[in-house]
Amino acid sequence: MSALLEVSGLCTQYVSQRGTRVTRAVDEVSFTLEAGRTLGIVGESGSGKTTLALTLMRLLPPAAKIAAGSVRFDGEELLTKPEHQMRDIRGKRMAMILQDPMASLNPLFTVGDQIAETLRAHEATPRRTAWAKARDLLAAVNIAAPDRRVGEYPHELSGGMRQRVVGAIGISCGPRLLIADEPTTSLDVTIQAQYLKLLGDLQREHGLAMIFITHNLGIVARMCDQVAVMYAGRLVEAGPVRSIFNEPAHPYTRALIESIPKFGDAAERLTAIEGQPPDPAALPPGCAFHPRCPFVVDQCRAEAPPETQIAARHRARCWVATPAPAGALKG
Amino acid sequence: MNGSRAASLTVAWRFASLRVEGFPWIPALILGTIAFVAIFANVLAPYNPEIGALGDRFRPPAWQAGGSEAHLLGTDHVGRDVLSRLIFGARVSMVVGFTAVIVAGIIGTVLGIVSGYLGGWVDQVIMRVTDTWLALPALTFAIFLAAVVGPSEMNIVIILGAVYWTRYARVIRGEVLSLRERDFVRLAIVAGCSKKTIMRRHILPNVLNSAIVLGTLMLGVVIVTEAALSFLGVGVPPPKPAWGLMLADGKKGLMAGYWWLTVLPGVCIMLMVLSANLLGDWLRVKLDPQLRQL
Amino acid sequence: MKRFIVKRLAYAALSLLLLSLTIFLFVRLTGDPAVLLVEPGASKDDLAAVHAQLGLDRPLWVQYGQFMTSLVRGNLGNSFYYRTPVLELYLSRLPYSLLLAAAAMAFSLLVGIPSGILAAVRVNRWWDSAGKLFALLGLSLPSFWVGLVMILFFSVYLGWLPSSGSGTALHVIMPAFALGWYFAAAHMRLTRSSMLEVLGSEYVKLARLKGLPEALVISKHAFKNALIPVLTLAGINLVIMVNVAVVVETVFAWPGVGRLLYEGIAFRDFPVVQATVLLGGAMIVVVNFLVDILYAVIDPRIRYER
Repeated sequence: MSALLEVSGLCTQYVSQRGTRVTRAVDEVSFTLEAGRTLGIVGESGSGKTTLALTLMRLLPPAAKIAAGSVRFDGEELLTKPEHQMRDIRGKRMAMILQDPMASLNPLFTVGDQIAETLRAHEATPRRTAWAKARDLLAAVNIAAPDRRVGEYPHELSGGMRQRVVGAIGISCGPRLLIADEPTTSLDVTIQAQYLKLLGDLQREHGLAMIFITHNLGIVARMCDQVAVMYAGRLVEAGPVRSIFNEPAHPYTRALIESIPKFGDAAERLTAIEGQPPDPAALPPGCAFHPRCPFVVDQCRAEAPPETQIAARHRARCWVATPAPAGALKG
Repeated sequence: MNGSRAASLTVAWRFASLRVEGFPWIPALILGTIAFVAIFANVLAPYNPEIGALGDRFRPPAWQAGGSEAHLLGTDHVGRDVLSRLIFGARVSMVVGFTAVIVAGIIGTVLGIVSGYLGGWVDQVIMRVTDTWLALPALTFAIFLAAVVGPSEMNIVIILGAVYWTRYARVIRGEVLSLRERDFVRLAIVAGCSKKTIMRRHILPNVLNSAIVLGTLMLGVVIVTEAALSFLGVGVPPPKPAWGLMLADGKKGLMAGYWWLTVLPGVCIMLMVLSANLLGDWLRVKLDPQLRQL
Repeated sequence: MKRFIVKRLAYAALSLLLLSLTIFLFVRLTGDPAVLLVEPGASKDDLAAVHAQLGLDRPLWVQYGQFMTSLVRGNLGNSFYYRTPVLELYLSRLPYSLLLAAAAMAFSLLVGIPSGILAAVRVNRWWDSAGKLFALLGLSLPSFWVGLVMILFFSVYLGWLPSSGSGTALHVIMPAFALGWYFAAAHMRLTRSSMLEVLGSEYVKLARLKGLPEALVISKHAFKNALIPVLTLAGINLVIMVNVAVVVETVFAWPGVGRLLYEGIAFRDFPVVQATVLLGGAMIVVVNFLVDILYAVIDPRIRYER
């Protein structure tokens, strides 16, 4: 049985206006996602995670080009689809939630209108029905007094409610895949947990596959089945959540996990990763992480590492990581 | 480093570091030519612009029937040579334009800095006045002032300065408000510098960029306003050759088809304003991309 | 909403006060105001009479009080030339100016908004460059010169349009074009940048992510949001047009308040000048206030601003 989403060798580049500078925002990224599962994509800002999401939705700004690779969704190749077919898929079979709900909702239209318009565009639902459905969706995302809220404007709702509305828009047409780009980053900490629970419930109810883009490993640990770690546009490590958290292979992943403060560590200093993420337009040669890596060897500086299998379905791009012994690999 | 030296060095450094990329050569050349003409008007102009030969009125330009090479661009309604008037008019436009822009710039920048930095009631007062004056269209206000104090070249400069400083004050104040929060200002306060010193030494050099850009953008506006004022008769008084005045005179011959008296001065104004605007646009992008909203 | 209106009202009142104060002070403090406020060619006795009448030897704030009281009563003095109350004169000319401004505004919006939208949607391509050129010309050419050249072309050479006066629709075409030209360019520029900003916003991004057809994204989500600043500017510009039409009205002998101002200067009729400027400024303050309210009606966010 093929996976819901199969991405292989995806490369997205930004070309400067004169064609002089080429920035590789997404570089040779490959992963698969089964129906109903959750993939977490982790990385610092500038690592290419949002570009990756926009590439999947084929909604890149004009300066960006998909240079290579393939994206198969539900058996269909997305990268070669004409625009009108992509529009059918967007919002209906693949949906996306953005980070800042205040900015993603049009201030001049009511919340109900913005939910209903998706329904009317994709399923040709008549106005009345769409409005009623919008109200039901608001209830489904746990917004109290949905009859009243449906006619209100975005600025009349709290931040948490707004993000729920965005979630309602996302699931309105029953997509099979929901991409959430840092959905909780602009929410209060107390609201974040509620929202995550909501997303989890929705996923179970509707059998959604989810891609969670975040820089917060705590969320990944809680919500995701699989993790993919991105650094400077490349996937440096990917695998099941348990495997990655217990035995991180790539030094970057290891550093990320170690930098999470844990209770009981009060006496020790927080470990931070030295240095800064590289400028995507001027990547260091070889492995992009080598200037900051505590385990760097000469080969790291010269050549970019290929993928090595660490364990079953757990792979990493690192010269120093220990590959699984031959014969121990399954699947 | 002494504040004003820092300011002038900053300006020099800013100009020196401007790369040639995208430099608007043609506008710069046009402005340069106008400046050159203005400076050497006495040498370049074939005739005295203020005296005409009444027997020689309304001559068309040399290439038209009835024109002569003696008057390349024709003569006006009292027989004065159009070319010479245009040349001396360049001087008037340049002098009035630049002086007014500088006067407005100084007043506006100073008040903007004071208002933005000191805040409180000083800020409120200055801002209320600025808003009110900004609400009144410059042209109307200038006409009013000209009617009150009487027109003369000197008065026009003062009037234009008085009308346009508000444009500077608004923008500079906005910049100062954000500059105020920057670390180097905070350090200076902690170090015990007086308010006056901070404003002079730290704030001023940093707002000069905006002031300069604004100046180039204002030049075009000021020149058009001056032309309008002269056209209406409350600008530079006759018989001095201002391009706006020439347009007013030109109107007299318009219905008879004496096109050169209207078209030529207008083309000069247009060239000057266009060049100033293009140069200002380029400067704005170069010196500070953040000023793009100007 | 109520609180918002009250706040804006107070602000407008303050502006009006400052406006009258500015005009008052400028007249009183620069030389002898009696010279201005007395008819040209008056004798020394006349001057003295005006001095007494205006109370020019009383303290400044008393004079201001007098000034304001007559203003509020609607007495803005009499025109020397026409020998009628200035307010009457102004109000009789105002409809003409409004007509001209309305025509010019219609022209500027009909040309400016669509070209601005096109320039934004086809950004950096041919249409955008043409638009930028148009904007540059519009902002650099003095409106009165455009008017003069048009007269030369359409009246003198082609004989199609009348060169002065009012009366028929033909009379308004050239002045409206000359006046509206600059504003068309300004509106185009603003529409373009506003549209570009909106097109790059998160909610337009989400609308596209929802799979909405592009035409709907632009006409529903982008257009209304982009138009807000443009309409605000247009509202204010209407009144500004009435004021800066001085030169255009003079060129075309259009009987509006602009031409009245010119007559005031030409005939040294100072009460007319003072009143025209005062009323013109007051109109702007009032319209600014009304536009603010309208803005709040269109954009629900503004109503709740403190």
